[in-house]
Amino acid sequence: MEPQHVLELPNDLGAIERSVDYLLERCRDAGFDERRLRLNLRVGVAEALANAMMYGNARDPAKHVTLEAWISGSRIRIRITDEGAGFNPDALPDPTLPQNRTRTHGRGVYLIQELMDEVTFNAEGNSIEMVLHAEEGGSSRTREAS
Amino acid sequence: MGFEVSREGDVTVLDVEGQLIVGNRQELKQMVLDRLEEGEKRFLVDFDKTGYIDSSGLGVLVSLSKKIREQGGELRLANLNEDLRTLFELTKLDTLFQIADSRDEALSSF
Repeated sequence: MEPQHVLELPNDLGAIERSVDYLLERCRDAGFDERRLRLNLRVGVAEALANAMMYGNARDPAKHVTLEAWISGSRIRIRITDEGAGFNPDALPDPTLPQNRTRTHGRGVYLIQELMDEVTFNAEGNSIEMVLHAEEGGSSRTREAS
Repeated sequence: MGFEVSREGDVTVLDVEGQLIVGNRQELKQMVLDRLEEGEKRFLVDFDKTGYIDSSGLGVLVSLSKKIREQGGELRLANLNEDLRTLFELTKLDTLFQIADSRDEALSSF
């Protein structure tokens, strides 16, 4: 299924907030729970975009990030893809372990995985797909092809 | 969106207005480091006017906590809203920082 929303973003951190606000408004219109938008969706999308721009695209202003979104009344599916070589999300240390809590980096992917209902990466590791249900404990009523 | 610095006795208070995110975290870090270099030791970051902190913002707080402690100083946080408190709890950073419910409580804890 073609995405309903496609944003081709410059590799500019200033684009993150505008993109998050755009998705929040679309999901508000679809009747999503406000706290899940304000916390879960904001964190998931903002962290994924920041990772794509800073680490995936290595802050290269010539590169872009693509955000695709599918929104229904029950859930939003978002795919964020950068132009980098990718990374292995399984190799990231758990930032909540006592020995890692004083690290200054490495909490973004963890927060995404904690706050979004489904998170998957492509094999290359340069594209993340996230699903958030409209309400806590909600389930997907529609299935979409990846 | 920005930061406001004030003094409450011997405590440097930083109010975070709006967001503490990847785009402005260095500004906050530099403000604290400058004052640390000037000899100030006690810092309070007040999040009463803060809507959102991203992982970079959390990271800069961890970094500042370490630097302040290295200089023999102390850092307190105050006024985390429900969303911000959730982020600190999920990352277990609530175990790393002294977090007060109010500015007065934080100030009296030094």
